Amino acid sequence: MADKILFELVSPEKLLLSKAVDMVTVPGTEGYMGVMAGHSPLVSTLRAGMIDMKDEGVDTRFFIRGGFAEINPGKVTVLAEEAIPMSEMDLAILDQRIADAQEDEIAAKTDADRARAAQMVDDLKLVRAAF
Amino acid sequence: MATVKEMRVRIGSVKSTQKITKALQMVAAAKLRRAQQATEAARPYAQRMSAIISNLAAGVSGPSAPLLLAGTGSDKRHLVIVATADRGLAGAFNGAIIRAARQKIAALIAEGKDVKILTIGRKSRDGLRRQFGNRFVESYEVGLKSPNLALVQPIARYVLDQYTGGQFDVVTLIYSRFKSVVTQIPTVKQLIPAEVEKADGAGPAPFYDYEPDEDTILQALLPQNISVQLLSALLENQAGFFASQMAAMDNATRNAGDLINALTIQMNRTRQAKITTELIEIIAGAAAV
Repeated sequence: MADKILFELVSPEKLLLSKAVDMVTVPGTEGYMGVMAGHSPLVSTLRAGMIDMKDEGVDTRFFIRGGFAEINPGKVTVLAEEAIPMSEMDLAILDQRIADAQEDEIAAKTDADRARAAQMVDDLKLVRAAF
Repeated sequence: MATVKEMRVRIGSVKSTQKITKALQMVAAAKLRRAQQATEAARPYAQRMSAIISNLAAGVSGPSAPLLLAGTGSDKRHLVIVATADRGLAGAFNGAIIRAARQKIAALIAEGKDVKILTIGRKSRDGLRRQFGNRFVESYEVGLKSPNLALVQPIARYVLDQYTGGQFDVVTLIYSRFKSVVTQIPTVKQLIPAEVEKADGAGPAPFYDYEPDEDTILQALLPQNISVQLLSALLENQAGFFASQMAAMDNATRNAGDLINALTIQMNRTRQAKITTELIEIIAGAAAV
């Protein structure tokens, strides 16, 4: 087995996870990317979506609502605006998030804000479809 | 001289006050533990975020740097955010923050700056209104729940809107840093332009790729950083508040105990004096017969 990569998932309220894993898939703004040990240094914004963490053949998934990822050869840090383990997720939470994002889209004052909220709605709907 | 009955009533009232301060102290102690955990849990996010920002900032100095990082190039108009608790009964906690705020504001005014004030927490609003009320732009309350991102986001949004709208050049945050249960330090911190920690001597920062690109990331990161800074300030405030309240109530409980002891001794003396007087009267009466 190849080297492991340290994966840290942090939300503003707490550090959810800090663990060495085989591979992490994060929802980058420009597409999902799988990260393994030895990845070149990268900072990316994240869209709403799923984080998929593979370790010893076990899959663990988290829902995140946007954020940032800092990737180093030995470490991935995900700063999520909100992160919920899949085991605690349900459709009601997701629908609530979609409704919130739609409200933001309507209340947005600038085009940039509106585009961001619309993007959030689309991403969340994708997550819901996959759920 | 108070009668024995009056003193008994007085002792009763001090005793019930003591019960209240004792209860408040225990509530504060329990809440302190939870607030401290929340403060510690929130720390990693803030730390990692400022690490990313200082990495990024090293690469984007110069005229192209975003406003939030580089500032507007002027320091004429200041916004001072003063964060306290909503409630009192916590010793000098709120007072210390308000005093620090007064000093800072007065110093800025003396330098001829244009100062506006945004308050978070009822005590900072009440404490500064008389002196600086005409400079208030907005007041928020902390509320009963523990501070979370949903609470600070409207505040951060307001500050950002005003800043990007060109209302302010510098934004400063005043809160109480929770150093330990016995020490909370009123702290003045500059929010905008972002204070970037100098990269420590751990060798050159790794050369990062950016996706989509540096500007987009910074533009997303810096506003989020404001929310996070506000959140961690409010969390530290909350922990400090409960620590301070616990100490104040512990003191009050002890003072009430001392008062009860003193009053009890006084009451016993008075009662004894009364008995002695009565005895002397009886004996004197009997001797006269």
